[in-house]
Amino acid sequence: MILAISTVSQGLLWALLALGVYLTFRVLDIADLTVEGSFPLGAAVAATLLTDGWSPIPAILIACIAGMISGVVTGILTTKLKIPALLAGILTMIALYSVNLRIMGKANLPLLKQETLFTMYQPEGLSMPVTVLLIGFIVVLFVAMINYWFFGTELGAAVRATGCNPRMIRANGINTDVMIVLGLLLSNGLVAISGALVAQNNGFADVGMGVGTIVIGLASVIIGEVLFGTRSFKNSLISVILGSIVYRIVIAVVLQMGMPPNDLKLFTAILVAAALSLPLLQAKIKKRSVQA
Amino acid sequence: MLRIDNIHKTFNPGTITEKHALKGVSIHLPPGEFVTVIGGNGAGKSTLMNSIAGTFPVDSGQIAIDGIDITRWAEHERAKFIGRVFQDPMMGTAADMMIEENLAIASRRGKTPTLRWSSKAEDQDRFRELLKSLNLGLEDRLESKVGLLSGGQRQALTLLMATMVKPKLLLLDEHTAALDPKTAEKVLNLTEKIVTERNLTTLMITHNMRDALKLGNRLIMMYDGKILVDVRGDEKKNLTVKDLLAMFEKAAGSELTSDALLLS
Repeated sequence: MILAISTVSQGLLWALLALGVYLTFRVLDIADLTVEGSFPLGAAVAATLLTDGWSPIPAILIACIAGMISGVVTGILTTKLKIPALLAGILTMIALYSVNLRIMGKANLPLLKQETLFTMYQPEGLSMPVTVLLIGFIVVLFVAMINYWFFGTELGAAVRATGCNPRMIRANGINTDVMIVLGLLLSNGLVAISGALVAQNNGFADVGMGVGTIVIGLASVIIGEVLFGTRSFKNSLISVILGSIVYRIVIAVVLQMGMPPNDLKLFTAILVAAALSLPLLQAKIKKRSVQA
Repeated sequence: MLRIDNIHKTFNPGTITEKHALKGVSIHLPPGEFVTVIGGNGAGKSTLMNSIAGTFPVDSGQIAIDGIDITRWAEHERAKFIGRVFQDPMMGTAADMMIEENLAIASRRGKTPTLRWSSKAEDQDRFRELLKSLNLGLEDRLESKVGLLSGGQRQALTLLMATMVKPKLLLLDEHTAALDPKTAEKVLNLTEKIVTERNLTTLMITHNMRDALKLGNRLIMMYDGKILVDVRGDEKKNLTVKDLLAMFEKAAGSELTSDALLLS
């Protein structure tokens, strides 16, 4: 039972990362690798502030702003300096490795005695795993609602249209460069919050905790879309959150079945590669059955 | 309304693929004039259109709309004055977004987007009215994604979007070329109706000589980056395809044969 609860909680905390990846990968149509740096950045900023005696909510908000700044850096590299988006993200990600080490002063920062979001707001009589589940749910719900609101506004619609058809939205008077920077800002802000929450849940921030986050995010997005649909923007948001939870369940199950934890990233990468190639394979199979 | 003075554009200068696409084009469109533009492949029609729209900067010369020099303006800044319909039906709309969302974006062309809710209830009635005027049954499909529409429907919708906020200049870049003949005719009739009713200053590129003669009150023919023929009023009205070919051959000189035209 505890395992089930903590699996779902993990899914919720990582759902913010998945939403961030959804914003770049699907909405803006950019594969943004900044997340590999902004996730540990959020963790590093929050953990450092918490050890300095800050209270959790301001620490998380500052972490979010730090993530947003990293998104803006990638955005400027790709729009103003015309560096391809994939490479721009890689550059920011690599730069953030050093930045994160500087922020923390070392490679790993434990949060043993510090108050975290989860210890501070633990309701009386509720166990820690249930608290994480509850707080995770509230945060994700709040973030999802803000996203739903924002992408329904004039500005949000312009960001979505930029990812869908940049020429069309330029012909309607929108500066696509600004929209791309804005999208990357929002995405990496969410990813940094995710890092800050995961660090507080795990009890440490580590400079290496960003490795593979883009793949985890993609896995959640794709699983969610396949299982729960993409009919509307609202539907997609919910799908991505549920996808993150399903991904954690899948991981928990394969670990229970005896897969060595060291093989997790390999497993995830294969899962994402398979999911991304699924439409192509389906088309090929269809073609073959038509010929036969 | 539109004044173009001696613009030049060279693509890939200094390389083996160098192309001097516009060689000193000048034209002046008074308000309400509907100009059709014809010319063979590589004549510079689309380059002219894209230069006006700001897709790329011109090398020299000046472009002004309503007395305002826009030569150095970015593409999205010019959108305040210019409505556009592209050749590719996929280009003018956002496929993954609903018809309503596309119309809402177009209804704010040239304005800075705010944090107000994008599609409001009071807009929906107006959108439905406008869609009804297309006679395509789209008024009941506000919530359909534009990607589900046919090419003709998308071009009609794009035309509607481009003219929702009255543009000072409407640019139509072979907007019926990718459609089947019947749909093309429908979209063309709609174009004529909208342009006439709203008295829009319009520049329309076409590959079809008959369309170029039928529509509009002025016709220009381009060849090799220059305007060769420019007729308007009664002279244009009485023009035939045969006259046009003759004028073209005369103006372009002996190097030109009628196959080089292939204007359809």
